[in-house]
Amino acid sequence: MSKFRIAVHITPRKGLLDPQGNAVKGALHTLGFRPVRDVHVGRYIIIETDAYDALTAEEAVTEMCRKLLANPVTEDFEIESAVPA
Amino acid sequence: MKFGIVTFPGSNCDYDAYHTVTEVLGEEATYLWHKDHDLRGSDVIILPGGFSYGDYLRVGAIARFSPIMQEVAAHAKAGGPVIGICNGFQIACEAGLLPGALLRNAHLQFVSAEVRIRVENPDTIFTNLYEKGEVLRIPVAHGDGRYVAPPDVLDEIEGDGRVVFRYADATGKITAEANPNGSERNIAGIINETGNVLGMMPHPERACSTLLGSADGVRFFESILSRVAA
Repeated sequence: MSKFRIAVHITPRKGLLDPQGNAVKGALHTLGFRPVRDVHVGRYIIIETDAYDALTAEEAVTEMCRKLLANPVTEDFEIESAVPA
Repeated sequence: MKFGIVTFPGSNCDYDAYHTVTEVLGEEATYLWHKDHDLRGSDVIILPGGFSYGDYLRVGAIARFSPIMQEVAAHAKAGGPVIGICNGFQIACEAGLLPGALLRNAHLQFVSAEVRIRVENPDTIFTNLYEKGEVLRIPVAHGDGRYVAPPDVLDEIEGDGRVVFRYADATGKITAEANPNGSERNIAGIINETGNVLGMMPHPERACSTLLGSADGVRFFESILSRVAA
C-alpha cells in the first residue's frame, strides 16, 4: 500500500441556475473586470488515501464522488490524477 | 399512534414537532437519536428541520449516513409514513427517498417568513383533510429551499399528482412573486411514488396555533391520524 493524494473538483451542473456564481460575477463586474462572462462556484476536495496504485486510488475516489461527494442530480465532478502523498 | 422524531446533531425543530404531536394532537411522541438503530415502535417518522451536521458538504448529505437513517429507509420501504420537513426534506432527497434536490435560494438570502402554499393533491395520507386548491398559511425558514430536478422527473411527478404543495399568492395563483426561493414550478412539497414519504420546505408543525399566527398545519397532522389509524 502507498499513500496517494487526489484532488476533486465539484461544480454545479451546467444549465442549472447558479446564484452564487452570478453574485460573484456581478461583484467582479463592479470591480472593473468587465470581460468576465461567467462564474461558477463549486467545491475543491483533497483526499489522501492508501491504495495499491494510482489507478486503484482514482477508482476509489470516483466511487466516493458518486456515493457522497457530489450530488448526482445537481453537480458534476472531475478528479485529478493521483499523486504520491 | 406513535410518532418518532429523529434528532440529528444540529436539528432544531425536533421540539416543535414533539410539541405538536403531544400537545396539539395529544398523541405519543419519542425522540430518536441519530446514532440509534431502533425506531422504538414508531408508526410515523418525522425528519425535522435544522442544520444537521452543520450543513457540511451539502445540506442533508451527511445526515443520510446516520445509523438511524438505515432504519428510516427500511420503514419507508415497508410503506411506513415518513415526513421530511425543511432539513428533513433535504435529507430525504439526499437519501434517495424522494427525487430531486434542494439548492441555495435563488436570491441567496435566508428567508424566514410566513408564506402561502396551495394544496395540489388532497388525496394523500398527509393532506386528506384539506380541499384541493385550498391556500394555507405556513412559515418557512431556510437558506437552501430551491427545489430542482431534471425536467423529465418534474414532468413525471407532476403527471402522477406527486406535487402536493405549491407556493401561491393569497388567492391561490401560482406566481413568481409567491415563490420564496426560486423552486422549479413553485414546488413546496412532494410525495414519493408509493405515497408514504412526503417532503416539504414549509413548517406545518409551526402552524398549529392561531396564537402563533396560523393553525393551518393542524389538519396536516390530523390527516395522518385519520388515515394511518384507520
